[in-house]
Amino acid sequence: MSVYVTREPIDIGALVANVSDVGRGAAVAFLGSVRRSREDGPVVAIGYTAYEEMLEAEFGRIVAEARARWPGVEVAAQHRLGDVPLGTASIAAVAAAPHRAEAFEAARYVVEEAKRRLPVWKRERFEDGTARWREE
Amino acid sequence: MRGAHMTVRCRLFARYAEVVGSEALDLEIPDGATVGDAVEALRARLGPGARLPARPLAAVNREHAVWDRVLADGDELALLPPLAGG
Repeated sequence: MSVYVTREPIDIGALVANVSDVGRGAAVAFLGSVRRSREDGPVVAIGYTAYEEMLEAEFGRIVAEARARWPGVEVAAQHRLGDVPLGTASIAAVAAAPHRAEAFEAARYVVEEAKRRLPVWKRERFEDGTARWREE
Repeated sequence: MRGAHMTVRCRLFARYAEVVGSEALDLEIPDGATVGDAVEALRARLGPGARLPARPLAAVNREHAVWDRVLADGDELALLPPLAGG
């Protein structure tokens, strides 16, 4: 079963609930959403594709690294695949810790490493029905 | 005499799958071949029409891999277009 991939809308509340505990007084939740930028033109959605087996493995490594680096922190993360409409979340990372500093740091670490390392690609879909790969 | 060979499974994604016209193919390469050798073998097999960059990002067995990583028989080599997650 997939832990880190979803094709449904991301449920950030469920992710926070997964990492929450009475011993963790701080939780940080990051959501990254599909954004329209001036140079893109009339994009209506982004189609996300991935090397899914590696996405699962790599996200697992990133989460394990965060847990090792900030002991006592619990982390959860998800990437959405398939067509994601403008303004809708495509990635989430949550971290819960006894204190807020580690929660912020661990959540930031997971997001930055995910952006850098996950094998995911974006296909922009335009109002006129055309599409193109977006490489950043 | 022909030296010992091995087979690696090559997987292609997103734009690379489009330019190559395939998402997966088997490559027969000499024992001891590296990621770079495998990419050159792929390029030779595809001919000049395959517009792959000189050094595409690669992964071996679902983990990012450097260009001179030595491959083993049965490895899964993936060529990854510039990553765009998030």
